[in-house]
Amino acid sequence: MTYTTAIFYFFAAILVFAGLRVITARNPVHAALFLVLAFFTAAGLWMLLEAEFLAITLVLVYVGAVMVLFLFVVMMLDINLDKLREGFWDYLPLAGFVSVLLMIEMALILGSRHFGLEVMATPEPHPADYSNTKELGRLLYTDYVYAFELAAVILLVAIVAAIALTLRRRKDSKYINPAEQVKVKRNDRLRIVKMQATQKPGAGEEGA
Amino acid sequence: MGSMGMDWAAIQTVVWTLLKIMALVVPLMLGVAYLTYAERKIIGWMQVRIGPNRVGFQGLLQPIADGLKLLMKEIIIPSGANKGLFILGPILAIAPALAAWAVIPFTDSLVVANINAGLLYVMAITSMGVYGVIIAGWASNSKYAFLGAMRSAAQIVSYEIAMGFALVGVLMASQSLNLIDIVQGQSGGLHQWYIWPLFPLFIVYLISGVAETNRAPFDVAEGESEIVAGFHVEYSGMAFAVFFLAEYANMILIAALTTVMFLGGWLSPVSFLPDGIVWWLLKAGFVLFLFLWFRATFPRYRYDQIMRLGWKVFIPITIVWIVVVGGMMQTPYGHLFH
Repeated sequence: MTYTTAIFYFFAAILVFAGLRVITARNPVHAALFLVLAFFTAAGLWMLLEAEFLAITLVLVYVGAVMVLFLFVVMMLDINLDKLREGFWDYLPLAGFVSVLLMIEMALILGSRHFGLEVMATPEPHPADYSNTKELGRLLYTDYVYAFELAAVILLVAIVAAIALTLRRRKDSKYINPAEQVKVKRNDRLRIVKMQATQKPGAGEEGA
Repeated sequence: MGSMGMDWAAIQTVVWTLLKIMALVVPLMLGVAYLTYAERKIIGWMQVRIGPNRVGFQGLLQPIADGLKLLMKEIIIPSGANKGLFILGPILAIAPALAAWAVIPFTDSLVVANINAGLLYVMAITSMGVYGVIIAGWASNSKYAFLGAMRSAAQIVSYEIAMGFALVGVLMASQSLNLIDIVQGQSGGLHQWYIWPLFPLFIVYLISGVAETNRAPFDVAEGESEIVAGFHVEYSGMAFAVFFLAEYANMILIAALTTVMFLGGWLSPVSFLPDGIVWWLLKAGFVLFLFLWFRATFPRYRYDQIMRLGWKVFIPITIVWIVVVGGMMQTPYGHLFH
């Protein structure tokens, strides 16, 4: 067993364990943290495949941003897991059907003689100065530019839609306008009155 | 025999790498210790105070005394805390702060790991630092700690976007993700540094760096006057010290990255002086001084103002400047942006 094979099995074992804990952990925050571990380990596996751009992007986007927001939400919710698990047996047939379908799909790919090692040989390892990022960028912006831009437009629409769906402006809440705050001059807020510190002699003597 | 030779070579590589890591982490930890001293002294002078001057000559042993004190103290784990995650929090805070240093070049040969996707690696690793804060805040089972964690999560995710876009500008100018190549792209003197063509991005990066490290005036995650000490209110002893170390290691990291990406790293500003690590240290030291200066000067931002600054000011500025850089590169003046 070579060094990389050993690393692969090590990472794969952690990945399977973390994946299992995501669905078995009783505490939703623990489950989310195991999902973080699963993403990180998967990134390690991709790194072994010399896909360093995808691996690092997985960490950057999913671990660094998506899962942070996910944790943010999970931590704020008061989730009663026992209530969540009540419908377990009702959903089991549907879930079982979906998992069997997934298994069949995987078997088609992994077990088929059309995709075996005899048909698709292991690619040669690239030299050290080979930049996966550059190659990916070149392909995305030349050969697949239309598909890429279509995906970008769809994402943009999704962003706009998500904001439009959740943007509710309450009438009764008070807002601050920073531009107006910055524009304020001294004379708008402050009035200097010139007056004498003491009263004129002769006036107000009856008060003393 | 052949396999014996292989094993020997492998052991040598591992030992050599460990030695390199030690040679990096020990000076870094000393740097952290004396950064706290510098901070207290400089802010003291700025506020017309003396600062620490009792332990050792001019108070020079103060950070050592502080470290020893924290080492001796008991680590109290609150009874309602989630014990495992409570301990994991500080570990997850310091690990990325140190791991990111692996790719930072000090000179063109002095670097632990010279990898071709160095910039991406730094961005990915630093984006994981927030987990320490979030987990610590949640596992403490305390309202103040939790509020701190929530603030920190939203703040760091927001400023990471602006920071990432600022780095895209550097990437466009240098056309490389390798940090050594990025520095070498700035060779030729002061006027070749990326700070000039990418000036708006430099400013955004610097301020986002202050926000990312939860430093004043963006320290709402701690916010002593609002939420006591934020995410680390329940921590004591060495567990607290680890958060402290992580914050300062992150500060030095941001200063190092600013130096490498905008200020020409180890390159000399003028052609008649030789390049060297001295320049690197001077530039990073200057950026660190800015961090301290900010803290002594600005009052804490209000939380909604922080969000507004990040999303409505910095992100638009970076996007506009990326378009400007991309557009200018197509004109005859493109060489100014390389």
